[in-house]
Amino acid sequence: MTEILVGTRKGLFVLDGEPRAGFEVTARAFPGQSVEYAMRDHRSGRYLASVTSWFYGGRIWVSDDPAGAWEEAQGVALPADGDASLARIWVIAAGAADGVLYAGGDPGCLFRSHDGGLTWALNRGLWDHPTRPDWVPGAGGLCLHTIVPWPGDPKRLLVAISAVGVWLTDDGGTSWRTSNGGIVPEYLPEEARDVPAQHCVHNVRRSAQRPERLFLQFHGGVYRSDDAGASWVDVGDGTDLPSDFGFPIVVDPADPDSAYVIPLVGAEDRTTPAGAVRVWETRDAGGTWAPRGEGLPGRDAYLTVLREAFDSAGAGERLELYFGATSGEVFGSGDAGATWSQVADHLPPVHSVRTA
Amino acid sequence: MPVVLLRAPLSELAGGREHTLEGGTVDEVLAALEDRCPAVAGWVLDERRAIRTHVNVYVNGQPAGRETVVGAADRIHVLPAITGG
Repeated sequence: MTEILVGTRKGLFVLDGEPRAGFEVTARAFPGQSVEYAMRDHRSGRYLASVTSWFYGGRIWVSDDPAGAWEEAQGVALPADGDASLARIWVIAAGAADGVLYAGGDPGCLFRSHDGGLTWALNRGLWDHPTRPDWVPGAGGLCLHTIVPWPGDPKRLLVAISAVGVWLTDDGGTSWRTSNGGIVPEYLPEEARDVPAQHCVHNVRRSAQRPERLFLQFHGGVYRSDDAGASWVDVGDGTDLPSDFGFPIVVDPADPDSAYVIPLVGAEDRTTPAGAVRVWETRDAGGTWAPRGEGLPGRDAYLTVLREAFDSAGAGERLELYFGATSGEVFGSGDAGATWSQVADHLPPVHSVRTA
Repeated sequence: MPVVLLRAPLSELAGGREHTLEGGTVDEVLAALEDRCPAVAGWVLDERRAIRTHVNVYVNGQPAGRETVVGAADRIHVLPAITGG
């Protein structure tokens, strides 16, 4: 049995089921509110959700039972003496140390919890970074949307901000450095591309088997790093990928050479190319990519899949893949993308999909 | 003393719909509300102590801001704006 947490524009939906047997909605929380992201901390069993009220702002809620009561986490706010207000929390991730979680939000802010998500504190190293006045927001805002811990080393962390780029710390967040070497921001004039931090990174995932390997979906391009994010190489250019644009990326925990992307037409369109929904897979670290679409809509389907709306469970041949669209569908595969079925339909616009 | 009137979910957070509070301005009354009902902190006023964009405050039925002066007999409504989707 797999549990999927689906954050939507109109609340959190919990789906339970199996890829071939089907899923059903077993709980809904925060009706009418925008749930940007929801996850379960496997260490504690606690559920955490980022919820943005159109009226009352963004905050994090925690619960031991998504169908029961939720408690508002404390400390998810920007400095009272500043001139910025928290717009929303984009992502929550378990850290490498016991009880530690991170949350990323807009405007380009990182929070840390040491007690499993009940209380949070702003990371001042990134917040006070001297380059912050030069940071440029992407279409979704100045969002810190990706948090990638290093297994076994709590002091090392990678985060990504749109449209600023990849940031690394080796000292637990006291100091930060950009690390966008090799990523080409083709949306800038050619003579202006040699900039340290105007990179619209969309998502980054780390290989569980080989932590120094990362895959990155850029605003235009799919990249790989084999040196823990110090440098990046384009692994999409010249392949069969129908578009270099997309939002999410998933890595098979069992195989550092396997990754999955969902290409979208770039620029203003941002829908599945040619009206066909396809998940593209590489089994050779980005050397080649192949479509996986058996069971997915193959015609007249113009879906948008956002950056947090693709996740996995299991590994290897039993890898389960799930993604949701802004048109309210959720699709799943129980055989590493070979075959797919519709897990849910008629949901509100899907912001995030995470397996619990 | 002025009375603050809340609707859900603020009334649930504050433990009631009506709250009689001290203060000579809307800002002072909202601060008193947060002191008495800490669960409301951050919901009406953001980190900068600005009234959130999509929250409306009325004093005796008239649109009001943080600096609006209030008297002992005034009624302050805090309402979600008719916006959203």
